[in-house]
Amino acid sequence: MNAIIWLVFLPLIGAMITGFSSAYISHKMAQVITSCLMLVSAMLAACVFYDVIIDKHTYTVTLMDWIDSGKFKASWALKVDSLTAVMLIVVTWVSTLVHIYSIGYMSHDPNVPRFMSYLSLFTFFMLMLVTSANLIQLFLGWEGVGLCSYLLIGFWYQKPSANAAAMKAFIVNRVGDFGFALGIFAIFVLFNSVQFEDIFARAINYKDTWISVAGINMHALTMICILLFIGSMGKSAQIGLHTWLPDAMEGPTPVSALIHAATMVTAGVFLVARCSPLFEYAPAALTMVTIVGAVTCIFAASIALVQNDIKRIIAYSTCSQLGYMFFACGVSAYSAGIFHLMTHAFFKALLFLGAGSVIHAMSDEQDIRHMGGIWKKIPLTYLLMWIGSLALVGIYPFAGFYSKDIILESAFAAHTGVGYFAFTMGLIAAFCTAFYSARLLILVFHGNSRASEEVQHHIHESPLVMLVPLIALAIGACVAGYIGMHMLHMVDPESSFWGDAIKVLEPHLVLEKAHQLEEWIKLLPLFAGLGGILLAYIFYVAIPSLPAQLAKNFNPIYKLLLNKYYVDEIYNILFVQPAKCLGLFLWKVIDSILIDGVPNGMAGLSSRLAGRLSKLQTGYLYHYAFVMLIGMLGLISWAMVLTGWAWTGK
Amino acid sequence: MGTFADNPLLHIGLIHYLTVAILLFTLGICGIFLNRKNVITILMSIELMLLSVNINFVAFSVEHHDLVGQVFSMFILTVAAAEAAIGLAILVVFYRNRGSIAVEDINQMKG
Amino acid sequence: MLIQTILFYLFAALTIIPAIMVISVKNPVHCVLCLILTFFNAAALFILLGAEFLAMILVIVYVGAVAVLFLFVVLLLDIDMTTVRQGFLKYLPLGLGVATLLFVELFMVISYSLAPKFHPLPASIQIADGAHITNTQALGAVLYTNYLYPFEVSGLILLVAMIGSIVLTHRHREGVRKQNISSQVARKRSDAVEIVTVKTGAGIDGNIRG
Repeated sequence: MNAIIWLVFLPLIGAMITGFSSAYISHKMAQVITSCLMLVSAMLAACVFYDVIIDKHTYTVTLMDWIDSGKFKASWALKVDSLTAVMLIVVTWVSTLVHIYSIGYMSHDPNVPRFMSYLSLFTFFMLMLVTSANLIQLFLGWEGVGLCSYLLIGFWYQKPSANAAAMKAFIVNRVGDFGFALGIFAIFVLFNSVQFEDIFARAINYKDTWISVAGINMHALTMICILLFIGSMGKSAQIGLHTWLPDAMEGPTPVSALIHAATMVTAGVFLVARCSPLFEYAPAALTMVTIVGAVTCIFAASIALVQNDIKRIIAYSTCSQLGYMFFACGVSAYSAGIFHLMTHAFFKALLFLGAGSVIHAMSDEQDIRHMGGIWKKIPLTYLLMWIGSLALVGIYPFAGFYSKDIILESAFAAHTGVGYFAFTMGLIAAFCTAFYSARLLILVFHGNSRASEEVQHHIHESPLVMLVPLIALAIGACVAGYIGMHMLHMVDPESSFWGDAIKVLEPHLVLEKAHQLEEWIKLLPLFAGLGGILLAYIFYVAIPSLPAQLAKNFNPIYKLLLNKYYVDEIYNILFVQPAKCLGLFLWKVIDSILIDGVPNGMAGLSSRLAGRLSKLQTGYLYHYAFVMLIGMLGLISWAMVLTGWAWTGK
Repeated sequence: MGTFADNPLLHIGLIHYLTVAILLFTLGICGIFLNRKNVITILMSIELMLLSVNINFVAFSVEHHDLVGQVFSMFILTVAAAEAAIGLAILVVFYRNRGSIAVEDINQMKG
Repeated sequence: MLIQTILFYLFAALTIIPAIMVISVKNPVHCVLCLILTFFNAAALFILLGAEFLAMILVIVYVGAVAVLFLFVVLLLDIDMTTVRQGFLKYLPLGLGVATLLFVELFMVISYSLAPKFHPLPASIQIADGAHITNTQALGAVLYTNYLYPFEVSGLILLVAMIGSIVLTHRHREGVRKQNISSQVARKRSDAVEIVTVKTGAGIDGNIRG
């Protein structure tokens, strides 16, 4: 019982120690403190996992009462069940490896203690999020990871592009959080509680409730789930709210690996899986989740085909894979979604950290058009990148094969319109994934070097402190799939792995049906992957002139993809410029003229009035006497009128 | 033409004296604000006003056979004399300091 | 009766016309002389009313003291017999209009108050119509008895006025020798006498003449 409390709070302690003493602490000390505490956390997470999964021991630890106001009660409580346990493993292990990697990657940076402190703080908030027993604590963790993401993206705050990217991430997240908050309010209105136990137990009672909002009648649970999903869309960069993810690559590479590959962006998937008891009773919401996931999947993959920045390719790849996870949840295969989340954490973090190695070797060059032919010089990185890419593409026996396959099978096995749509999109996206992954590998490591002489001279393998985490992640990328499917039985429909953590209703049991599909459907993703790799070989090794030719012939499409479908530009015109204009207007007109005008105007008015009144004092005696006379006349006349003077005289 | 006693113009009564008083008073007031020449005119106008008040008091005192009007008139006389003395003393000092007693030049209290 | 009427109109006219002249003539000495004329004729009006003591007091105090004081000051100060300044004629109609209005209103008030429905206050000091005491005797009977306190206060007012005028106009003049009694009295022998031993034939300053 104590393990879980230590597990969650050790990163916070590390963050506080390094954070508050960041001005005086030595770099080595900061790195050692945070990494050691994280290591202990990771080991405790393994213990908890064992406890929950093997011994089937689920529990909730209440720490302290937080809010107790009428019907609204929320307390600090840590809920531990199988979903939590899986997430704990993912978060703590990847975070520990990223901490160790950062020791080497950020060694030349002057602000190491601040960086390590932020990483640990982020881990704390993420752990808070996954262990929360009520929606308010989850929202706290949600906002906390958003905050740390802002701090880490904008870590090199002297760069204006980093500042802008950090703000963009936070603001776009905010839009999603707005929906999430509304969802929490709606849940409270309906259930009068925000504790997960209460809500999930009573969800069935409200499955046909309709509520009226502003005159519009809506199915209550559908509305709630859609609002919660809007929050997920923001956090997990689904289409519409995805614009922040590629720009988030302004942060250091370890940040991209931890936050934007393995943990923060998966919080959205976690939310949907955690709220599966609610989503199951809202089929319309599930449909929306499926469609959004599928569209994002193909959208992001198509953009990644033509990008030239190594980190951006991997970022769009993350976006696309998140789409996979979402449409898996959408067809009620929540376990498949979480399984993919786990495997994805490993190979995506591996890819990002490997890309970090490459960037480090190429003296901070990130454009793949200026790389090439370096596989002989950094062979270990090359090997590890291949492992990560194969896992991403879904080649047997690497991790991605198992998780991606089960997702696509589940989508097909749903036998609904959206299911088939998702399957098709996922298949095409798998093809694209393979293509751009292979493209990346070929352009970066093979062919003739397109870098300058000086850069080529400096290419060297990364130090051990950076390679060891990569190796650890590679091991995970290799075996996590097999372990998850065949040893832990994560996606086995009859297994009791998940217990009560995930709820699936009878008509939605796709996992059972998935195992009953024909062989050719199960093998399609594999062939799509191999086909993509082959096509990339043709494009970049066999006929190197082909890509340029195609780009010229299909220039509009190429431009559209290269410019990310112009979504950023559209948002700029639709939202940013109007907001700026509104802000400018409110500032210049309403604030400066109207609101400042009132006190300033009053002051000016009284000043002018006083000036004019002071002219009455002419200084001349006869003026004063005259005025007194007028006054006297006035008084006499008034008195005469008042007493009803009759004109008769005497 | 009515009897002698009924003719208001011929039979002198209270109102005639009061009319004289009012006329003097108005003239005194005119003297204050119509004059642009010198300050002494103001002081003399004040004396005119005080005189008119005296006439008023005495006329009423005779009308009501009440001696208090005349007694008060004596005190007014006293005060008028004192006030004229002080006023003229101030005027002399003012002239000494400023060199001019034209009313139009006295506007140092201008706002 | 008729003679009363004629005399009244005469004296009234002679009161009012110099009053108009006071405020309108250019020469300030003429102003003061007109003022004196006004006072005299007002005194005559008082006599017509039967208050002869007051009339005499008016002549003695106002004419004999106040008007002479005015005359002294007018002669002392260098008063410009300037022509009417600019702007005087511009404001004349307005001023005269306002003054006329004031006169009319006051007249209306007075004539109204003398209407029969006006109840006079009871007299505080009555004199029977038929009693043959002079005005002086009547005033004297009340002035030092009923009105003693205001009488003394008016004496004090005069004292204050006197002190005030002296204080206001007193100035320090250079070259005037005055006695300082206190320093005279405080003088000591050591300030006045100095014993000096003189050598024979030598003067006080020590030089031997020869």
